[in-house]
Amino acid sequence: MIRLTREPIDHAALTDQVRSPHCGAVATFLGTVRDLTDDRTTIALDYEAYGGMAEKKLAEIEADVRRRWPVGDISMVHRLGRVEVGEISVAVAVSCPHRGDAFDACRHAIDRLKEVVPIWKQEHWADGKTEWIHPA
Amino acid sequence: MTIRVRLFARARELAGADAVEIDLPPGGLVADLRAQLSKSCPALRPLLTRSAVAVNEEFAGDELVVPPAAEVALLPPVSGGSDE
Repeated sequence: MIRLTREPIDHAALTDQVRSPHCGAVATFLGTVRDLTDDRTTIALDYEAYGGMAEKKLAEIEADVRRRWPVGDISMVHRLGRVEVGEISVAVAVSCPHRGDAFDACRHAIDRLKEVVPIWKQEHWADGKTEWIHPA
Repeated sequence: MTIRVRLFARARELAGADAVEIDLPPGGLVADLRAQLSKSCPALRPLLTRSAVAVNEEFAGDELVVPPAAEVALLPPVSGGSDE
């Protein structure tokens, strides 16, 4: 299941969704909004997506993960819009028969998501300034 | 042909619009599109070389021919290394 959402992410429901009698392991990764980047304080992030392409790339990641690991099920959800410090901005849950595969598949999925899915974040700093993050 | 290029994040702010229209000859390449963007929207220059171009929702290299009526987007770098 793949979703872009402006609502809070229910990570327990997401984890439950991928559970399966054939799978002895579920790995869930949560990306949460951090309050400090070096010495600067964040009060919130704003996420913007190129929606159609983002969903297409997420579907490709799902297909890739299913090809490489014995996945029971996989769910990936990303928040859009304003997300406060401490809230979940992204969640990936993967079930596999064994934990090694579940960890590896989940790690691969979140790493690829961060690399190829067109979703950008804007920092809202404590001093009132905003900044889109486009690393070199 | 006229190609509408969608803009996101900092690129959208630099251009002051969520899309710009540029003229491209039939058979024009993504490289030509980049050059036209730089000319017609100089504000984008600081980000242009670091950005990817998507054609019909797929990353496109500079040598790709832009098809007529293609959906084109300029994609600034995304935030995410795994250990940022």
